[in-house]
Amino acid sequence: MEQLILARYGEVGLKGKNRRFFENQLIKQMEQALDGLPLKGITRTYGRIYVTMAGEVEEALRRLSYVLGLVAVSPTQSAPLDLEEIKAAAVRAMQGAAAEGYTTFKVETRRPNKAFPIKSPAVSRETGAEILRQVPGLTVDVHSPQVTLQIELREQRAYLYWRQLPCPGGLPLGVSGRSVLLLSGGIDSPVAGWMAMSRGLEIVPVYFHSFPFTSDRAKEKVVDLCRVLARYSGLVKLYVIPFTKIQTALREGGREDLQTIFMRRMMMRLAGRVAEKEGAGALITGESLGQVASQTLPSLAVTEAVVDVPVLRPLIGLDKQEIVKRAQDLGTYSISIRPYDDCCTVFVPRHPETRPDPEAVAVKEAGLVAAELIEEALTEAEILFITSDWEGS
Amino acid sequence: MAEVYLDNSATTCVHPQVAEAIMTALRENYGNPSSAHRRGQAAEQAVKKARRQVAWILRAEPGEIYFTSGGTESNNWALAGTAQARVRQGKQLITTQVEHPSVLEVFRRLEEQGFTVTYVPVDEYGLIDLEALAAALGPETTLVSIMYVNNEVGSIMPLADIARLLKQKAPQAVWHVDAVQGFAKLPLFPHDLGIDLISISGHKIQGPKGVGALFVRQGLRVKPLILGGGQENGYRSGTENVPGIMGLGLAAELMWERRVEAGAHLAGLKERLRQRVQAEIPAVYANGPQDSRGAPHILNLSFPGVKGEVLLHALEDKGIYVSTGSACSSHQAPGSHVLKAMGLVPQRLDGAVRFSFSPDNTRAEIDYTADCLREVVPELRRLMQ
Repeated sequence: MEQLILARYGEVGLKGKNRRFFENQLIKQMEQALDGLPLKGITRTYGRIYVTMAGEVEEALRRLSYVLGLVAVSPTQSAPLDLEEIKAAAVRAMQGAAAEGYTTFKVETRRPNKAFPIKSPAVSRETGAEILRQVPGLTVDVHSPQVTLQIELREQRAYLYWRQLPCPGGLPLGVSGRSVLLLSGGIDSPVAGWMAMSRGLEIVPVYFHSFPFTSDRAKEKVVDLCRVLARYSGLVKLYVIPFTKIQTALREGGREDLQTIFMRRMMMRLAGRVAEKEGAGALITGESLGQVASQTLPSLAVTEAVVDVPVLRPLIGLDKQEIVKRAQDLGTYSISIRPYDDCCTVFVPRHPETRPDPEAVAVKEAGLVAAELIEEALTEAEILFITSDWEGS
Repeated sequence: MAEVYLDNSATTCVHPQVAEAIMTALRENYGNPSSAHRRGQAAEQAVKKARRQVAWILRAEPGEIYFTSGGTESNNWALAGTAQARVRQGKQLITTQVEHPSVLEVFRRLEEQGFTVTYVPVDEYGLIDLEALAAALGPETTLVSIMYVNNEVGSIMPLADIARLLKQKAPQAVWHVDAVQGFAKLPLFPHDLGIDLISISGHKIQGPKGVGALFVRQGLRVKPLILGGGQENGYRSGTENVPGIMGLGLAAELMWERRVEAGAHLAGLKERLRQRVQAEIPAVYANGPQDSRGAPHILNLSFPGVKGEVLLHALEDKGIYVSTGSACSSHQAPGSHVLKAMGLVPQRLDGAVRFSFSPDNTRAEIDYTADCLREVVPELRRLMQ
């Protein structure tokens, strides 16, 4: 039996001439999310997308609830534009609600199709009455109903639904291009990555592995974080860049106070190279102003001076509590707090420089790390393709 | 060198003969010991045999051995079960500062329930302070729990001296010994010493994980922790883990049979590693007794200037597996409670690594480990300076 899902989008609908492009991208993402399920087709009308499934509706709903750009999805009944048919569909829909234990409802009707002869309040009234007659256990409560049956009278057909699953909103993945995410395993960077994704940026995460200073469990943490992010993108391509030799070389150059800055500049350079390779137009970091010594304005400036692409910092205006809250909602928090050091916490100088002078840094850094080491790290980078954690692979 | 496993106090590789016996039990002797039919009886026989094997090593009666899910359950049960059973006689309990968390956490819980617990300190070698113990013991003491071999530094608690003190000052107290690290490797005869309860674990003696035992002296009443079908005389319900129990019994017997030669071999390995490391790397400290008061299979070394965990990973890269402190607590805040109780300075706490040996380790493996340490430690010290 065919089953219908109504998907609504938010911001995409505000687009002008480009709207078609955004919609196409959104539908592509939806198709990708539903890959492997019995999908019969995706169609669109103005402001709405309809997904027809030949089964597995619940799984389809769950997967669609992670598609960026969508605002909500609803399992939906459709009926020809005929009051008796609409009433029958309403009864079918509300039988489902009653079966789930709901007891009070109301009906709300919208009539964008003004050619339909009966006005909205009358449609609501008549279908409500029919539901009361046909579905035992339901009563009307117009003030605070447990369930609201929505009826939409559109050009071709009427659509009825009462369940709405929230989706993440934002823009469809990929409409803004691609970025490289510096992913550390901490609390901040996965949130930053998600925020970039929700603005339509595809992400390619890069992780710097400093074995033996950071353990393989720290790397596993990053893989698990990617599994969560992959819920939204289907697949994540993770670069694991060996960083030990570079870190050792920096360490041996002295200037303890500048270690963190040297290290971050090297990370930026490496991430910048990955961006070139991946055709990415930006770097994303989890930096938030003033959180640690490397996140002062002068430090950020010195750090990003070594790359050409813009460095975006989606968390710049958030405080730590807000970031933690978002990480919890996203499901990355419990992974991030696993107690394994990441490369940013191992070599923390006793007195880090918080106001580095760009020229002095460049001079001190010159010759500290040979170009070969950078090339070597890139060549030896491990590339992992990571699927979402509910795909069980 | 392919792989050098020096983390045998965390767990051991199952003995091949034991693995085979478990496989047979899984595939052929699959009955429920409580079943009335022949299949069940065969399983019951297997459990009985394991009970005899464990009892024999302790010079105890088979009826005094109860099988559990492991050392943690044995410790939990022994302590919670005794404290509750004797609450009318008193609420004063005694243990040491260096016990395993599966002992300490139970005492913390008992404190919340109104019991008073004395945590007896240890000396710089991790050996119990007998004077402090003597001072703590009294007519109100109902329960004393002292481990046999410390899992982090290998100190062997002087059980004979403790037995004398207990007899003198608190004969009424129940005495529990967590013998997870010493059972079947070192002699332990509860009836000679007056020990009431002994915890045993399968996977520390080349047996399977998820199985252990508790020796309960005949006539002693311990409240059961796990209730249900009345298995193990009603003391520990739940269908017996027949393959695990069989494996534990056989592993214990195999370990015990070769304890003398194994002990000499292990002591040789430990001594060699310590001597080489201390001779070839500056400023390395051995934690715990290095004489007969220390177990031959545990060597704890401090490498000041190196983070223990980083050294662990550096060795891992060379195929050598060791641990920092005890495996169970390595995910927690740094600084082992055992080394702290021994009064070690922070630098020595930070850089502590435990090497624990099995009879299967060879001298070549020890030399390879010493070579790697000689290479890695100065390097890391320079970088982490």
